[in-house]
Amino acid sequence: MTNFLQALAPATRTYKDHSQPLWRRILFSREAAVIGGTLLVILVASLSVRAFAKPITATYLLLDIAPILLIALPMSLIIITGEIDLSVASIVGLSSVTLGVLHQGGMPIEAAAVVALLVGALAGAVNGFLITVVGLPSLAVTIGTLALYRGLAVGLLGTKAVTEFTEFWTDLAKSKIGATAIPSVVIPIVILAAIFGVVLHLTPFGRGIYAIGLSAEAARFSGIHVERTKFILFMLSGLVSALAGIYYTLRFSSARGDNATGLELSVIAAVLLGGVSIFGGRGSTLGPIAGAVLIGVLASALRLANVTSDVINIITGTLLVASVVATSFLAWLRTKRSRPGKKTETLAAAKG
Amino acid sequence: MTALSPSPTVGSRIAHGFGAFVKARETGILLALVLVIVAATVKNPNFLFSSDGFRDLLLTPSILLLVAVGQAIVIITRNVDLSVGSVLGLTAYLTGRLFIDVPGIPVIAVFAIGIVAGGLLGLINGALVAFAKVPALVITLGTLYAYRGINVLWTGSDRINSSDMPASFLALGTQSILFIPILTIIAVVVLVVAAWYLRNQRGGRELYAIGSDPDAANLYGLKVTQRLLAAFILCGALAGLAGVLYAARYGTVNSQAGAGYELNAVGAAVIGGVAIFGGSGSVWGAAIGAYLLLTINRALPILGVQDFWQRAVVGALIIGAIVLDRVLALRQARRLVEARDS
Repeated sequence: MTNFLQALAPATRTYKDHSQPLWRRILFSREAAVIGGTLLVILVASLSVRAFAKPITATYLLLDIAPILLIALPMSLIIITGEIDLSVASIVGLSSVTLGVLHQGGMPIEAAAVVALLVGALAGAVNGFLITVVGLPSLAVTIGTLALYRGLAVGLLGTKAVTEFTEFWTDLAKSKIGATAIPSVVIPIVILAAIFGVVLHLTPFGRGIYAIGLSAEAARFSGIHVERTKFILFMLSGLVSALAGIYYTLRFSSARGDNATGLELSVIAAVLLGGVSIFGGRGSTLGPIAGAVLIGVLASALRLANVTSDVINIITGTLLVASVVATSFLAWLRTKRSRPGKKTETLAAAKG
Repeated sequence: MTALSPSPTVGSRIAHGFGAFVKARETGILLALVLVIVAATVKNPNFLFSSDGFRDLLLTPSILLLVAVGQAIVIITRNVDLSVGSVLGLTAYLTGRLFIDVPGIPVIAVFAIGIVAGGLLGLINGALVAFAKVPALVITLGTLYAYRGINVLWTGSDRINSSDMPASFLALGTQSILFIPILTIIAVVVLVVAAWYLRNQRGGRELYAIGSDPDAANLYGLKVTQRLLAAFILCGALAGLAGVLYAARYGTVNSQAGAGYELNAVGAAVIGGVAIFGGSGSVWGAAIGAYLLLTINRALPILGVQDFWQRAVVGALIIGAIVLDRVLALRQARRLVEARDS
């Protein structure tokens, strides 16, 4: 089956130009632009918004965006293969409810968390099965499971909420590393990000992910297990979403069916903002992290500046649209400038 | 194919039409809808045979039907419009504001303004998709946020109440002509016109061609950009109309009106057999899908299932529908190969 989004890919796809020196390739990449933008926003906000530079801002900022950061890791891999997973937020809800219901039934948190992780992995595996074995488009499948998993979560718990959790664990979810302002949840995120980064950039499996995104057909002919790779990625996505669900539950000490509704939009926005191409085949681990931080920083700076939190929606949406349109526009500009016979020098700028 | 046989008699034509009806993808979903209604009615006769039950049966899905028809048209071109819920919310609030800020404004003008406003929002989506050549999924995900943000910014904690709107307008949302609610009549008229256009008109067929293979459509000389723009404008305009009717039907509009409609609309289209790859399906299917979705929601509590499980049923339906489509497509492909080899 040819990939749904690949079929949409325009003729404007560009590739890294390796005739450029390394520093130029790094400096003019999408990731560098997003990281630079994030730093700029942090700088401007620290100078102009009162109380933004305080450590407590950073603490809450990181606590808030932790689920987005976590899920953005597998999501970027999935989008690099040219697929998409819209069901992540529902898996967060489902694992949260699983944890709550089991704990309420007398199971210790540790065991309930393991079951919740298994439920998440299973949910991801169902997605993966429908996409790779049955051969359905991931967009349609995950719209379906978005409703299905959320429905199961809400069905299991109704409008009730489980709020009784062992204090040790709820405190841990909110705790900070030593005397610093950095929450402990950053540690697992950094470890996971490192693992995902190494797997994506330094292993044959990771190179296979890029190959699938560029052309699933060609990847298959060069011996990459396309179906197996995608299946693993969807299962990972379910597993990490369940982890985010456990964190979400413990942080707010509340397991509810409608936990994290709509989170998938923020995750996808962060990933695309971070330079992962929706057509597949391009992106990195660092970009989506920067994208998530950018959205979080903007949101928290605006909230502190007393702008209603609703403007954040407009900014997230506009940023998302602008970032993809800018890519297309730059590519179009380059093809305009490069006439036949002209040297490829001008082609190289500003694209990772 | 029997359609090619020379000078079909009236009898064979009817037989052919009947055969096509039985085989049509939409029939299965229609059957499911009838089944749900029958089951609910057997359990509680009031579901169908009381005047309220009958009215609700027709009335509840009408607004979603309009949105789903627009969504189906966009999906047929191999795109998707996730911003319809936000467009609906914006136009619903706009409707209320018009009645408050422009006293004595004629109802017909409000309808026109609502539809045009929706169309303009659709135009923004369409222009970004058609000119920037970015997948509609990303663009409309962005505008889903942006339109809702504008709505919340504009509305704040304000709310439109039914006392803000004239009674003649509100009556549109609740009154019936010959036992059929006016809302349903509007929805069905739109549906019939859209179905006729897609089936019989050049522009409609071109939408299918674009959805089947955008590159081929372009090479063939079809005006792809123009058609895509038209599809998105139409989808936005229908969401705008749905927004005006939402205000009339429910009477209260806050900043979250229409949130989540996009998933129901896409779900309705997919359940109704509109392929997410584009190029196949019909607005009839999407309309029946919309009816099925919301009727199941109302039937579940009657059938003894707690209504918390509604969303799970909706999800299972969507998955079931696409798996079914896949199986049918594989079967069809095998049959074609056999026909070629024999």
